[in-house]
Amino acid sequence: MGKIWSFIHKLGSPKWFYAISARLMPWFWLAAAVLILVGSVWGLAFAPADYQQGNSFRIIYVHVPAAFLAQSIFVSMAVAGLIFMVWKIKVADMAAAVMAPLGAAMTFISLFSGAVWGVPTWGTWWMWDARLTSMLILLFLYLGVIALRGAFSSRDSGSRAASVLAMVGVINIPIIKYSVDWWYTLHQPATFSVTSRPAMPLEMWAPLLIMVLGFYCFFIAATLMRTRSEILRREANKRWVRELAGGLS
Amino acid sequence: MFAWVGEDRMPSADARPIDNDGRKTGGGEPGGGLVVAVWATLKRDLTLLMRRRSEVLNPLVFFALVITLFPIGISPDPELLATIAPGLLWVAALLAALLSLDSLFRSDYEDGSLEQLLLTPQPLAMLGLAKVAVHWLLTGLPLALMAPVLGIMLALPAGSYLVLAFSLALGTASLSLIGAIGAALTVGLSRGGVLLSLLVLPLYIPVLIFGAGAVQAAIMGDGASAHLAILGALLALSLMLAPWAVAASLRISING
Repeated sequence: MGKIWSFIHKLGSPKWFYAISARLMPWFWLAAAVLILVGSVWGLAFAPADYQQGNSFRIIYVHVPAAFLAQSIFVSMAVAGLIFMVWKIKVADMAAAVMAPLGAAMTFISLFSGAVWGVPTWGTWWMWDARLTSMLILLFLYLGVIALRGAFSSRDSGSRAASVLAMVGVINIPIIKYSVDWWYTLHQPATFSVTSRPAMPLEMWAPLLIMVLGFYCFFIAATLMRTRSEILRREANKRWVRELAGGLS
Repeated sequence: MFAWVGEDRMPSADARPIDNDGRKTGGGEPGGGLVVAVWATLKRDLTLLMRRRSEVLNPLVFFALVITLFPIGISPDPELLATIAPGLLWVAALLAALLSLDSLFRSDYEDGSLEQLLLTPQPLAMLGLAKVAVHWLLTGLPLALMAPVLGIMLALPAGSYLVLAFSLALGTASLSLIGAIGAALTVGLSRGGVLLSLLVLPLYIPVLIFGAGAVQAAIMGDGASAHLAILGALLALSLMLAPWAVAASLRISING
């Protein structure tokens, strides 16, 4: 236990986080690249076409992982905000700050791919279906968090306000999850779940799992990388950062 | 600047060591103290708002005005209006409630009485709740009472008027509570108004769904009790959680 705690304590210090993430990051980038490459080639070229939707179903290999990430990033952002508010760990706030634009981008990707998917499936770009609507709400929540953080002139106040808002907004996540039950919906029921047996055949389902894993690895790698630059930006006056910069030039 | 980092409660703790001791030795004092403080906050806010009548009346006028815009913008056809009336009334009432949020903590922030509120030994969450209650009494409740009149103008089918008023009364209480979080977060910002709506509107959507759904269900004759029950549940949830978020947000706004 003692070792684990001291590791967590070290992770909370920007300097140690910078050092540890340098070792972890390449592996996540590698895993993300391999998984996304394998998953997209398999999914786009080798998986069988859907008997109803033909080839247009293949957008699922982008749409579903992005939608997964869009929701998970909001939760992890709120958790990071909670850690920052309770234990005052600055690295947690830096991670939360860089996660918000990533999550908003993922939400946008899932909305956009959903709209593109809607053309062959529904014959229209936009349908007020439950899950598209709650994704749109999620995008607004992300934009609110980003805007609120930027609105404060003091960075610390902005960080804490954004943390509170992220925690309040995370109440929206279960609403997104259960919106399928709450409203009548045109969308297909949840296409993919880890626990129950998938209705899709394995050849369609396996590449999707690989893509989801790849997207998660990408998210972790991108968060680590962006948090590292955020650390350098915020700690620019610290000696270790100056030494690092001096050593590089 | 950095003095505040990691010292969230320091200002209030510094300013009230005597109060704190007094509370500890005072025995049954805190309970009575809390009730007195909440009652005083309620009375003070009611008095202040009743002296600024226009601030109370403006959301109501806004409500009526927005409802007037729809028949002009869409069509005066009563049948068409009747089908969209529940949603229109709910959206317009929601926007009217939103409009009045910005002033919830604004004047207290500007004249410094919000800082005094932070310094009191009573929990800030409860005092914030009292302010929200006043906001609902003078915004949500009048909107709910006024909505049936506007419903007549929109040819809202008979049998749904009571549900409309009741769902609005229940729903606007949740809206005031959720909105107070946004108002507390943006009170320190000079141009918080638009940002406030950006923060709060997405969180309003569940209330809107079940509020408008209740009226819709009453028109269909399905019975609105399920929708009203969920509205009540949303109110219970926000009543439980929102005051703490409001208190945390006020602390952030004052310290920043």
